[in-house]
Amino acid sequence: MLTITDLVKQYPTGLKALHGVNLSIDEPQVVAIIGPSGAGKSTLIRCINRLVEPTTGSIILDGTDVTKLGRRELRRARRRMGMIFQEYNLVERLTVMENLLSGRLGYVGFWRTFRRNYPPDDVQAAYQLLDRVGLEGYENTRADALSGGQRQRVGIARALMQQPDLLLIDEPTASLDPKTSRQIMRIIVKLAHESGTPALLNIHDVPLAQAHADRVVGLADGNIVFDGKPDELTEEVLTQIYGEEDWSTTVGHDEDETRKRPRRRTKLEREAAAG
Amino acid sequence: MTLEEHAKRYPEVWRKFNPRQSLIRYAWYIGIVFVAVWSIHQLEIPWIYFLDAHVQTADLLVRMFPPDWWFFLEVIDPLVETIHIATLGTAVTFVIAFPLAFLSARNTTLNNATWFIGRFILVTSRSVNTVVWGLLFVAIFGPGPIAGIWAIAARSIGFLGKLVAEAIEEIDEGTVEAIEATGASRLQVLWLGVLPQVLPVIWGTTVYRWDINIRESTVLGFVGGGGIGIILYSSINQFAWREVGIMLISILMVVILSEFISATIRKWIS
Ligand SMILES: Nc1ncnc2c1ncn2[C@@H]1O[C@H](COP(=O)(O)OP(=O)(O)O)[C@@H](O)[C@H]1O
Ligand SMILES: [Mg+2]
Repeated sequence: MLTITDLVKQYPTGLKALHGVNLSIDEPQVVAIIGPSGAGKSTLIRCINRLVEPTTGSIILDGTDVTKLGRRELRRARRRMGMIFQEYNLVERLTVMENLLSGRLGYVGFWRTFRRNYPPDDVQAAYQLLDRVGLEGYENTRADALSGGQRQRVGIARALMQQPDLLLIDEPTASLDPKTSRQIMRIIVKLAHESGTPALLNIHDVPLAQAHADRVVGLADGNIVFDGKPDELTEEVLTQIYGEEDWSTTVGHDEDETRKRPRRRTKLEREAAAG
Repeated sequence: MTLEEHAKRYPEVWRKFNPRQSLIRYAWYIGIVFVAVWSIHQLEIPWIYFLDAHVQTADLLVRMFPPDWWFFLEVIDPLVETIHIATLGTAVTFVIAFPLAFLSARNTTLNNATWFIGRFILVTSRSVNTVVWGLLFVAIFGPGPIAGIWAIAARSIGFLGKLVAEAIEEIDEGTVEAIEATGASRLQVLWLGVLPQVLPVIWGTTVYRWDINIRESTVLGFVGGGGIGIILYSSINQFAWREVGIMLISILMVVILSEFISATIRKWIS
């Protein structure tokens, strides 16, 4: 389904965020990518739909090498990949329904978008997904009136509106409280499994990853240092990924952590990323 | 740590600026005062006129009194024309400044050339006063409201375009990325990722500029741009102060009304 070979990303600053990553997903499973902040998790996931341009290497999704695509074909490839963000990234001033339908933009022309006239099938699908993420009745609520957990549910539904062949999920719970985090993880895993969609999911919370993922990949300094089942994550492996630390309270415990809400990316940072 | 050790370790006084920084600050203050004094000196202001300024002002007010109330009927038409000039000028501004703002924002422009052209038009527009634009357009279209409308638009395009372009540059790029990630086209990204984020600024600034334009269009008649300025100018030249009084009162009322409308709409938008 997805095969990443020798993926290297060097930012214009000269910093090498990925040093030849090899990774393949052959079955519909939820793959958690863990690793310390700055390990390159976001870079890896964003290279796949080319929000970040890979430097070298290949990323093959169902037979097409994403890294070789021109603008037009990239759009076609992107609509097969649903993305879920830490900051939800909804269109805040639009309603939940409009946010969901924006997941279909790759399929509808500009004229339909302009008139806000979406195909009936899409509207049906949107209502169904609203039910499945537990937001029935919220279709006309504006996104900026929702709580964090509710926004992330909209984010999940928007990604699934694309009926994607792959889900790319970047720290979906890092801005949420522990309880909501677990609910969101459960929804993601359930929907990914039910629709048979493989998912790459960045997460820095090891217990949360262990509890929900089918497979765990450990990333440290732009290199994959672990790839295995969640229960194979031992103290030695964690030391390899994160460095020396007392892991005895972490391994196997679904421990609560307080999380900080990170700053939004500015235009300059994004320009650099696109660089 | 004992108290004594503490006292040794940390200084007792704390100042925001070190002596060097203080010196630089005082140099700035002295510099500013110097520039002000120098400017006033250069202007060679005839101070003698200030001596009886209050007498002159009182005299002028007395001559405006009592206002020539019947003249109000003659003011209505030019006043309505003034409002039309401001409104149509703002409408023309909107149509032109809207695409221009997208060209002039770093994150939505097509390339460096389009960005430069956009910025150049905005700067040119803003660097010329409405009345000067009026003189230009009167030369082109001849005297009348058409010249006034274009003068208003020519000046306002830079105002609206600049503020909207700045708003576009400050949008949350995360939303844009999310829309791009769905496989949306460039136009769709602008329509759904960018536009909803800047729409309040676009409407708010347009209404605010309309309010400014009402005021600006009252003087356009001085240079032949139509509206109430024409008769205001001629009444002033004829020393018909009782007519001038009526016109000033009417303008004041219209301006207060437009400010109220503009403030209400902007409050309602945000
Ligand atoms: N746009 C960018 N420009 C330059 N360096 C970047 C950029 N984005 C990320 N990096 C660097 O790349 C490394 C990996 O970052 P990232 O992929 O965000 O890590 P993670 O998601 O694991 O925290 C970090 O050292 C980070 O500073
Ligand atoms: Mg990250």
